[in-house]
Amino acid sequence: MTGRPSVVAVRRAAGRLATLGPGFGFLTVFLLFPLALVLSYTVFRRGRFGGVVYEPTGENFARLADPLYLDVVAGSVKLAVLTTLLALLLGYPTAYMIAKLPAKWKVIALVAVVLPFWTNFLIRTYAWIVLLNSEGLVNSGLKALGLGPVELLYTDGAIVAGLLYAYLPLMILPLYSAIERLDPSLREASANLGARPARTFWSVTLPLSLPGVLTGCVFVFVPSLGNFVIPELLGGGRRIMVGNLIRDQFLKARDWPFGSVLALAVIAVLVLLLFAQAWAARRAGRDA
Amino acid sequence: MTRRVPVAVASACLAFALTACGGAATTDSAAAPATLDANADLSKQSLTISIWDGYSPKDLPERVKAKLGFDTKVAIHDTNETIVAKLTAGGDSGIDVAFVSGQYAQALNAQGLLEPLHADLIPNLENLYPEAAQLAYDKGNTFSVPYTWGTTGLCYRSDLVKTPPTSWNDLLDPPAELKKKITMMTTERWLALPALKVLGASVNTTDQAVLDKAKEMLLKVKPDLLAYDDTTFGDRLKSGEAVLVEAWDGWCPTEEKNIEFVVPSEGSDLWADTMVILKSSENKEAAHAFINYILDPEVHGWVAENILYKIPNKAAMDALDPKLLESYPALAQPPAELLKGESLIDLGEASTAFTRLSTEVSAAQ
Repeated sequence: MTGRPSVVAVRRAAGRLATLGPGFGFLTVFLLFPLALVLSYTVFRRGRFGGVVYEPTGENFARLADPLYLDVVAGSVKLAVLTTLLALLLGYPTAYMIAKLPAKWKVIALVAVVLPFWTNFLIRTYAWIVLLNSEGLVNSGLKALGLGPVELLYTDGAIVAGLLYAYLPLMILPLYSAIERLDPSLREASANLGARPARTFWSVTLPLSLPGVLTGCVFVFVPSLGNFVIPELLGGGRRIMVGNLIRDQFLKARDWPFGSVLALAVIAVLVLLLFAQAWAARRAGRDA
Repeated sequence: MTRRVPVAVASACLAFALTACGGAATTDSAAAPATLDANADLSKQSLTISIWDGYSPKDLPERVKAKLGFDTKVAIHDTNETIVAKLTAGGDSGIDVAFVSGQYAQALNAQGLLEPLHADLIPNLENLYPEAAQLAYDKGNTFSVPYTWGTTGLCYRSDLVKTPPTSWNDLLDPPAELKKKITMMTTERWLALPALKVLGASVNTTDQAVLDKAKEMLLKVKPDLLAYDDTTFGDRLKSGEAVLVEAWDGWCPTEEKNIEFVVPSEGSDLWADTMVILKSSENKEAAHAFINYILDPEVHGWVAENILYKIPNKAAMDALDPKLLESYPALAQPPAELLKGESLIDLGEASTAFTRLSTEVSAAQ
């Protein structure tokens, strides 16, 4: 045996490099590098016209504790949690039914779920304005019935409706794949052993689909928290969410360091949630 | 200040992605103005300008090429903040001429980034109103030439508002029937403007006590507002969703029979969008020739006719179709009247007080 790597080993290494390299290279350039940039901005002072002045400071992190920003965060979390719960309530039965459909209909139903994504996000959001405004379709209908007008647009309700509409597919798809994967024989066994359908659902189907539930919740919660277009368009700018706050730091306040701190805080929450989800999913998988 | 951009939010998303990268602001000490050659061969130069989308004729590069003989590239920015961030990012931005609002031109100049203008290379400056050289951010047009100017006021539905508004108080303390039918602007300086004017304060105030009082007034009216809106208030008036809105003069759709514009009695601001030449430009002769070409009445008049903003060009304004001035009375506001408005200036570090105020107002529930 010589110390030189065998031809096979070299080939294998080259193969790994060729397959993994481009992906990792892309992530390094477009994920790690920008993240490092954001991270480095957080410890410097704001430049008067944007950018940063390279004088270290801890102020930016201290500002996170300012009640003004904590209120914005609390309000955003409230709306994002509400959106996630509603998405789960609407999404679970939908995903469950799709999973039970005959194969041909399954495809059609899944395409229908994804279809709205093919239309521009802004156009879909503007459609809600057309529906909900005081002269809009819903209120015109109510007026014709001698009711209303009801204040629908520019409320927290309108923001939640918009977020729910935008992100519901992100709940349905992971739920569907979790439910679809379940071995039907488990349900049959449950029924054979005398469990009613409700009992089978609570004791077998739901616990086994829990990883999908958690994935769906994270997928809906995180973008809801960071969205800044929907609060602006459907909330009429009367409510700002964390996303608006971050956007404004860069585009209006010219305070990149504080914007970076806020962005980093949101990323930290996201990473924590993903870890929690992975941990819970593994536990659920082990118990099964 | 945003411009007539149909989906400003879409571009804001993009801009957000773009501004996330960039470098530090650098401060160059102001160097002596370059010596320029009035007889330089312009065909050997080329120009990159940065301007708001739709803010200049689409065929401008072709027209400049035909008239002056050099190529022009047009870059688009969607907000002052975007272009200022680009210009202060250090290194050569590659931009020769930028269109920015007056207070931003002032800020850029304070950083030593702008080329002092060589008036002898811009003979068309004489087309401008004398008032155009009296704007507080740059008296005498030493580093900027105003492209458009205007003010902020109240735009309303004369058929749906009982008494025509005359005061900012009609907005800040609305009668019951107007509640939930009014909008205010959300960009910080214009958000604060109505309250500051009612308080008799300057739009450029940095007095925290005054700003606190203004905040109280803005918080008080928030529940009565339909929305905060910088871009679509004109459509809201047309549909009747809103009946009274805070608006820039050029954005009030007064061509509609029942829509009127008024500058409240307490006074208002005077904003200007300007053209500036970057010190880093290597095509300064072409840049001057370009600005001179824009000030040609026929070219400059395009802005008034198509964007419906007032322009500080007397020769161009005099040549406008009287019918246009009839449908857009705000266009006919004489410069002397306009100059009663307070010129917005850059507030430097004090601008953070306005940012905080606007965050506090938007965050309040």
